[in-house]
Amino acid sequence: MSAPILDVQGLAYAYPDGHQALFGVNLHVHQGERVALLGPNGAGKTTLVLHLNGILTAGAGSVSVSGMPVAKENLMEIRRRVGVVFQDPDDQLFMPSVRADVEFGPANLGLRGAALEARVVAALDQVGMVDYIDRPPHHLSFGQRRRVAVATVLAMEPEILVLDEPSSNLDPASRRELADIVRSLDVTVLMVTHDLPYAYELCSRSVVLSDGVVVADGPTRDVLTDDALMSAHRLELPFGFDPRTIPAP
Amino acid sequence: MGAGHGHHLHFHGHSLAHRLPAHAKLVALLGFVVTVVLTPRTAFAAYAVYLPLVLVAQRCSRVPFGYYAKRMVVEVPFVVFALLMPFVATGPRVEVGPLRLSESGLLSAWALLAKGTLGVMASLVLATTTEPRHIVGGLERLRLPDQLVQIMGFMVRYLEVVTGEMARMKVARESRGFQARSIRSWPVLATTAGALFIRSYERGERVHLAMLSRGYTGQLPVTRPMTATAEQWRRAGMLPAAALATLLVAVAL
Repeated sequence: MSAPILDVQGLAYAYPDGHQALFGVNLHVHQGERVALLGPNGAGKTTLVLHLNGILTAGAGSVSVSGMPVAKENLMEIRRRVGVVFQDPDDQLFMPSVRADVEFGPANLGLRGAALEARVVAALDQVGMVDYIDRPPHHLSFGQRRRVAVATVLAMEPEILVLDEPSSNLDPASRRELADIVRSLDVTVLMVTHDLPYAYELCSRSVVLSDGVVVADGPTRDVLTDDALMSAHRLELPFGFDPRTIPAP
Repeated sequence: MGAGHGHHLHFHGHSLAHRLPAHAKLVALLGFVVTVVLTPRTAFAAYAVYLPLVLVAQRCSRVPFGYYAKRMVVEVPFVVFALLMPFVATGPRVEVGPLRLSESGLLSAWALLAKGTLGVMASLVLATTTEPRHIVGGLERLRLPDQLVQIMGFMVRYLEVVTGEMARMKVARESRGFQARSIRSWPVLATTAGALFIRSYERGERVHLAMLSRGYTGQLPVTRPMTATAEQWRRAGMLPAAALATLLVAVAL
């Protein structure tokens, strides 16, 4: 198999207040994969995500992206390679217009002029939001803002897209539209989610993080149908959803 | 001209005044206001010229007068203060109908009203024809320190988010039977304000993380510097130039 895009080895981390969130996490994500990261609240999912682009620095172990270690001297390139879309689009969209926001990342990478414009338009086109380029973000619907948030990261042409709870607070139509967008992207995806049907629909592989360690890693269908594993880690399928009775997507 | 109220102030349009770049309009507004403030308060003729000048500028924006009139309300506290001055000021008094008013108070009230009204009218031309984010861009172009520009930009962006949060907290409070009726409800309001502050602070931290994640290193990238042609500067400069000429003539006479 090819070298992993994302290679996390023995990652441990304790917050400055002493609370230890990660106890030796191992995770590999390969080119073109879409992987769901599942786990109950407080499992350390967000902490892990913040390590992937070097916001937090590993206490022990290592993270590397396409062979490049996440370290201070590589931060800019790491942040280009790893695009993190945060849960609340109001946190992600901080500039006064959609255009300025999508420009922010590539402009930090030094792009200007026509090249920058092309990047911005291409990224917005991927999420179907080109028509809203000159709008202020607060005039968009929640679903539209989430899509623009994805575009702000796509504009940096990342090697891996990390989505934190992409389906939260979306109405069913926006949720389905976002799924269509994710499927249409030619990029590796790591998706942190509580939405198990969404994970099943979009990701063939799932990793379960619980109490700071990876407790399961395998085909999503196998993970979701392992009742003992699921109940041991506070994971529950929503009412009426049974992967056994649904053909693989 | 509080950029934060821009959503209520800005009037969508494509007039001459709308098309001028924000930094040129800011310079013109500053020039005009400084000229008005410098005008001696007894130079009544000069004020009589300033008023039509501002009205012409308002006409150039093609924004209805009613729209301006409603937004002049912001001046009310100053008007009240000005109306009080003739009564509370000391010095020689003059008879005005049944009242005995202070002469210097009357003059101060006139000056405050005249300068204030002209300033508000001119500011409204900027505020109605320029989107808040462009005002921020204009200030950036005028080399206002980067930090201040960023703070203002975030204010413009997050004002609605925070007021939305505040409105939701109000609804949640009232849904549980709370009514702010007496001083005893103040602790509840203070707690809400505290909670709002903490929430905003935490949002600030999350926004910062999101910025770092996209390569922020302390400066917002300038991707599209604002430019103004000589013609645009000439047009924007007409108002302050006319005002300045008026002032000079009034002082010379």
